Amino acid sequence: MKTLTLKTIKQVSLLFLISIAFTACSSDDDNTNNPEPVNEEEVITTLTATLIPVGGGTIVTMQTRDLDGDGPNAPVVTVSSDLVANTVYNGSLVLLNETESPAGEINEEIVEESNDHQFFYNVTNSIATFTYEDFDDNGNPLGLEFTLTTAATAMTGNLTITLRHEPSKNAVGVSDGDITNAGGETDVQAIFPVVIQ
Amino acid sequence: MKYYLMVLCCCVFSWSQSQDCNATFSGEVHDFHDGTPIINATIFIESLNKYTTTDINGRFSIDNLCNALISVEVSHLACETKTIDVNIVNDTFIEINLEHHIEELNEVKVTGTSGIKLTKTAQETHLKSDVIDRFSSLNLGDALKQISGVSSINTGNSIVKPVINGLHSSRIIVMTNGVRLQDQEWGIEHAPNIDLNTAGSINVIKGANALAYGGDAIGGVIVLKPSNITLKDSLYGKTIVSGNTNGRGYNLNTSLTKTYKKGWYLGAQASLKRLGDMEAPDYSLTNTGLNTKGFSINGGFKTFQKGFNVYYSYLDNEIAILRAAHIGNIEDLVNAINNPQPLVIDDFSYDINAPKQDVTHQVFKTEFYKRFKKFGRVDIQYDYQNNHRFEYDIRVGDDRDKPAIDLTLKTHTLKTSVTLDSKNNISYNFGVNAGYQNNFAANTGVRRLIPDYDKYDLGAFIVSELKLNNDLSLDFGLRYDFNQIDAKKYYLTSRWNERNYDSDFGNIVIDDLGTQLLTNPVFNYHNVSASAGIAYQLNEYNSFIFNYGLSNRAPNPSELFSDGLHHSAARIELGDLRLKQETSNRISGSYNFQKNNLSLNIEAFYNYIKDYIFIEPTGTEQTIRGAFPVWSYNQTNAALYGLDLTANYSFNDHWFLNNKSSITKGKDVSQDQALIDMPSFKTVNIIGYSNPKWLDLKTELQSEWVFRQNDYPNNNFEVFIPTTGQMELVDVSTTPPAYHLLHLQSNISLDISEKTDLNIGLNITNIFNTNYRENLNRLRYFADDVGRNIMLQLKLNY
Repeated sequence: MKTLTLKTIKQVSLLFLISIAFTACSSDDDNTNNPEPVNEEEVITTLTATLIPVGGGTIVTMQTRDLDGDGPNAPVVTVSSDLVANTVYNGSLVLLNETESPAGEINEEIVEESNDHQFFYNVTNSIATFTYEDFDDNGNPLGLEFTLTTAATAMTGNLTITLRHEPSKNAVGVSDGDITNAGGETDVQAIFPVVIQ
Repeated sequence: MKYYLMVLCCCVFSWSQSQDCNATFSGEVHDFHDGTPIINATIFIESLNKYTTTDINGRFSIDNLCNALISVEVSHLACETKTIDVNIVNDTFIEINLEHHIEELNEVKVTGTSGIKLTKTAQETHLKSDVIDRFSSLNLGDALKQISGVSSINTGNSIVKPVINGLHSSRIIVMTNGVRLQDQEWGIEHAPNIDLNTAGSINVIKGANALAYGGDAIGGVIVLKPSNITLKDSLYGKTIVSGNTNGRGYNLNTSLTKTYKKGWYLGAQASLKRLGDMEAPDYSLTNTGLNTKGFSINGGFKTFQKGFNVYYSYLDNEIAILRAAHIGNIEDLVNAINNPQPLVIDDFSYDINAPKQDVTHQVFKTEFYKRFKKFGRVDIQYDYQNNHRFEYDIRVGDDRDKPAIDLTLKTHTLKTSVTLDSKNNISYNFGVNAGYQNNFAANTGVRRLIPDYDKYDLGAFIVSELKLNNDLSLDFGLRYDFNQIDAKKYYLTSRWNERNYDSDFGNIVIDDLGTQLLTNPVFNYHNVSASAGIAYQLNEYNSFIFNYGLSNRAPNPSELFSDGLHHSAARIELGDLRLKQETSNRISGSYNFQKNNLSLNIEAFYNYIKDYIFIEPTGTEQTIRGAFPVWSYNQTNAALYGLDLTANYSFNDHWFLNNKSSITKGKDVSQDQALIDMPSFKTVNIIGYSNPKWLDLKTELQSEWVFRQNDYPNNNFEVFIPTTGQMELVDVSTTPPAYHLLHLQSNISLDISEKTDLNIGLNITNIFNTNYRENLNRLRYFADDVGRNIMLQLKLNY
């Protein structure tokens, strides 16, 4: 009986020894390395619309800039000056990722995947009308280039520029710039307060 | 050789019987675990056809034997029969230990492989293998919904998380073959990485009363165990093939096990599952397919006294997430909610495109146990788990096929426990465990949702079960856990300041990159849990259970560190470094009635959770993509209470009625409002018919009635929609209407040969192809739930 008890103790202690050995083995990681910082690759921080009046005049730029991406700071929206009534402007967009240095230009990616992207221009108070000037491989509008025709009288309103990813480009009205049936996901949505003089 | 020896012995004996054979063979038979004498055990010498039985002291004696080697068979009711070879040399005395009360012992084992219930005084339900087989082509969460009080929280049809009495995710422990699953269970979109086909039985314990598994199971514990291994020379297996009309998919599962009488065993199992796009009654649910591959190997040696087990399992789940659920900003969400149909509906396809998840989970486990005479059992186990999770978002350009999330979670756990069960009326189980976990988030070009971290766990517990008499048992448990989490996380400087972390946690910043800060949060948590229970059998028909559980849960990495945009919910989710652990006090009572054809089980609970961690809307933030609501993790005091009912009535040998109903209420006590995501009242009524004469036909018609959840917090808000120029209400709160579904399930069994039988099952879910949306399905904003499915299942046992 006594020998059995001794054996029992021996075996129990052996088990605990094995357990200690296992614990000792398991800490095998290199904690000293810090993780590398992530600079978001396809984030769009800045959208700049440049409007050049046909026949000369003041060039107007509108910009929305959100350097902290999904962070708490709201985008900074600027409009360089008022638009002139009854004027045709040639418009173009530049999209940047300014979290990188130097800033990455997103236009190229959008042009490469033009079949999957479309910009929409919406206004309140009918302050202006828009025409697409660039098209994707299927002949559907893209919207990086456009013309803007201001209303005939002085007024104020909002211009909303929306970039949709994978919209239904063939849905009713979408090729005319109507966002209602476009679907897809919003990549950019910027609202600019506009004054027509 | 042995055979010849035996023959020789017999010859010698026949020859020598006429000779002078005066040897006496005597001995004592004891119960192995408590050493008490076993009365009435049969001692049988086959070669001589002589037998006797033990007396009140466990003693026996057989006279007039010759000196020879004899084979003695010792047997007793409730014991495993033992055969020993004894060399008779004159008067021979031996001591024999029998393994008494095998079933009873298995019940108290933590890592056992048989037995029905794992606890004596907890609210526990057991699912057997035939129920599990029926759900072979589905998920763990689907199978567990068979239990009253268990529901699920879904992201579509393939990501199904079990909810026990209103609680889920890191409030539930999932044990698979003795291993606590560590697979980033904190997120609602992270379903348990378990192949249901690896389980032979499942036990669900409500509440935190099974302290041996962990102290933080405020919701409960789910224990999956592989099929029991029997000690005989055998080769057996099972193959299940099923086909589904909805999703046009198949499921294949096969297993084979070889066992030896001596105790060795080896089993292997593999499963394949493939589904294409599922269908709601009116449209195709584009991008909801599934591709699952898994296998496991289980081998070892098992006897009553000692054994070991080596287990490895591999599971790869590639799950598509409804295309229409991926949205860009709050305007898209408003469009999705207001549109009766999903915004993307394509033709049926087996393709699995982004958004999707691809998760590989591997478990390696080795376990050893030994039982010591008059003492108990010692277990030691080491396990390693590797969980590799990819999440693919819809991305553009060169990153199109790059995952947005790439997390590798590695967990090592070592645990040892001792069960003292040598006394009949009291048993103790105590143990310690140590764990190390490392999470690595690879750079995917998208800010990390969960940071790199190391986590250390240390725990110790003691559980005692006391049987006062045949009708009354008590149990007590105490557990202590220490957790440390040591993370390295980058914060946007703007976020860091906005959360006021600069004043409270300024000392943990270890690097300043200008727009980002690298921080090193280290948090320690001390958790104490306790449980006490009483089970009382009033008389033949009525029994009661009462118990109390105290448990603590440390905040998980998601609750602490979340920080960013959540695409499917179109919201910014923010964790909080200031969160403390939550504390649950749960009392519960059960009443069980069983008489003739009627059985009734009523379980009630009240769970008060102090500092309950939950997520709630706290404002709106503007980004270049538009406006997003901000949801932040907060703490409140919450009370959950409810009633689960299971009733069964058999009219005769063929017909039966069954009802399972469950009501759960959740209340935010501090803010005096309802808790979000509480399961609705649900009642399931079943009428069943079975007839062994008709190819063992079993059939049942199930009516599932889910009421509308009327208690929910109003988290609706208004947002400016630029394209319409108007403020619009974002209704994320209003719950979907009640729904009623009918399901049919039937199967027959055919004997193909002596050892092979074929079971053919036909299951129809949602017979009337009813349109419905379930409150606890996160994709309810985007699409209806799945429609009718007809599944044909062939199960071959051999």
